[in-house]
Amino acid sequence: MRWLLIAVALMFLTVFLLMPLAVVFGSAVQKGTSFYFASLGEPDALAAIKLTLLAASIAVPLNLVFGVAAAWVIGKFEFVGKSVLITLIDVPFSVSPVVSGLIYVLLFGLQGLFGPWLIAHGVGIIFAVPGIVLATIFVTFPFVARELLPMIQAQGNDEEEAALTLGASGWQAFCRVTLPNVKWALTYGVILCNARAMGEFGAVSVVSGHIRGLTNTMPLHIEILYNDYQFVAAFAVASLLALLALATLAVKSIAEWKARQQLAAQASATEGGLR
Amino acid sequence: MSISVKGIRKCFGKFVALDDVSLEIPAGQLVALLGPSGSGKTTLLRIIAGLEFPDSGTVQFDGRDITDRTARERRVGFVFQHYALFRHMTVFENIAFGLRVRPRQFRPTNKEARRKVNELLKLIQLQNQAQRYPSQLSGGQRQRVALARALAVEPSILLLDEPFGSLDAKVRLELRRWLRELHDKVHVTSVFVTHDQDEALEVSDRVAVMNEGHIEQVGTPDEVYDHPVSPFVYNFLGNVNLFHGRVDNNETYIQESATGHLVFVRPHCLEITRQPRGPNHFRATTKHINSAGPLVKIDAVTEWGSPVHVEMSQERFRALELVRDEVVFISPKEVAIFHDHDAA
Repeated sequence: MRWLLIAVALMFLTVFLLMPLAVVFGSAVQKGTSFYFASLGEPDALAAIKLTLLAASIAVPLNLVFGVAAAWVIGKFEFVGKSVLITLIDVPFSVSPVVSGLIYVLLFGLQGLFGPWLIAHGVGIIFAVPGIVLATIFVTFPFVARELLPMIQAQGNDEEEAALTLGASGWQAFCRVTLPNVKWALTYGVILCNARAMGEFGAVSVVSGHIRGLTNTMPLHIEILYNDYQFVAAFAVASLLALLALATLAVKSIAEWKARQQLAAQASATEGGLR
Repeated sequence: MSISVKGIRKCFGKFVALDDVSLEIPAGQLVALLGPSGSGKTTLLRIIAGLEFPDSGTVQFDGRDITDRTARERRVGFVFQHYALFRHMTVFENIAFGLRVRPRQFRPTNKEARRKVNELLKLIQLQNQAQRYPSQLSGGQRQRVALARALAVEPSILLLDEPFGSLDAKVRLELRRWLRELHDKVHVTSVFVTHDQDEALEVSDRVAVMNEGHIEQVGTPDEVYDHPVSPFVYNFLGNVNLFHGRVDNNETYIQESATGHLVFVRPHCLEITRQPRGPNHFRATTKHINSAGPLVKIDAVTEWGSPVHVEMSQERFRALELVRDEVVFISPKEVAIFHDHDAA
């Protein structure tokens, strides 16, 4: 029975995870490695990669700061409207990304609330890079906060209060006590946030306008290539995103392994220390 | 440094944690805040530390009003009930923390810090555990590290929240003697919170007994034990039997039917005899006898059906040759009387 279950699980993994991954990499190099690198080196592809990296490099640090601040405020303090704030943080998870994108179009688009004012002042948000960055920030907002919150709540206030009575400033207490205690959860949250920021399709698709070489991110570029029947080139770019996914997994495993190792080292030392 | 707390009131929502509490703590003393859980003792301690702020009232250190100062500015040492050691730091770094976070111009050099920490490690007898993490230590060791960490910043006041609350009985006894010795050596004004009357009576110079957000009595351990000012203090400090009674010509008589007076008698202040003695006695049946230990503890049931606890010396017990289910006479040797409306 056990073996049967394992076999079912393995088969499921193979069909739904391993095979697609193999197909991505297989198709990417179908026309040889020189074509593969040519597809990646093409100006539009390069622009898409650059834009994706730009969006992620703005969204991830911002959400790191927002996430840590939100988790800290929620975890350490009691205030009116706390549960509302927690719900708000989850909104990007519960709303379809397409709707998130539409919200920005409705706000900043040509017919939108601030659209006319923005055009009058020569600021382009929709169908431009700022819109893509905004959409990415919105969609990836919950990751860091959601990873940190349970950790911070579980740890309580005692250690920070101890730091304060020992003469630490609030900032010192945060840097020397709060942050080191959540560093693995934080690492993982940032990794997840980054993976989503680079892979986001729906919200970005709505606000981007799909202008080649200007407002196409990697996922959008892949879609365009695919629709143009340039399958191999599409898979070549897709393989980069797949690699990112694998790298994310690897870093996650390392982070978890490190955390476990630290615990194990402490546990074994405790046994030795009991004499 | 002396501590003076005046008219402190503190509410959490609708719950009144402290109601007009005033307390004077002379410099250099070791004072216990004793009370049941929910009596406000920890809240008072946290207000003295600056971790909690009163709704009204003032806190003074050496006559200076520091009510609005933060915990950081007050420079008190605080030992938390669950130690609150920094779990990602070694014992050494935990103790050194207070030195490392000082502003640059007051920060000791690495060498000085090391000397100071090693001195403290010696004081708490954990020199060999300096590089361990808190999770690798026993409860008693953690508590000593927490104490050393608080002492490292040379606080003018040391505050301890249920310092021995989560330790097992034997370690607790050792540690509280050690704390008393330490206090005699260091002489820093100290306040500790406890719900354990033995601990409060054994360790402290003075005891403040707290109940439901106010202080019932402050005094030396002898004063509060021998001369409790309220039924609550009597009840809380040590075991006690509660009877109804009447007072005639300055003599107290225990009488179940009487109203108006409550009579408190400690178990060792009741005498068991085979024959009725004097005018003040009642009949009881022995139910359970525990003769292990220096005192023999006897549970009996009075003629009107309520339980009564008596303690006597082993000699007296052997002379009496008491057995279970025997009818005896009990008379009080020493009583305390309170009017019924004072009853807590």
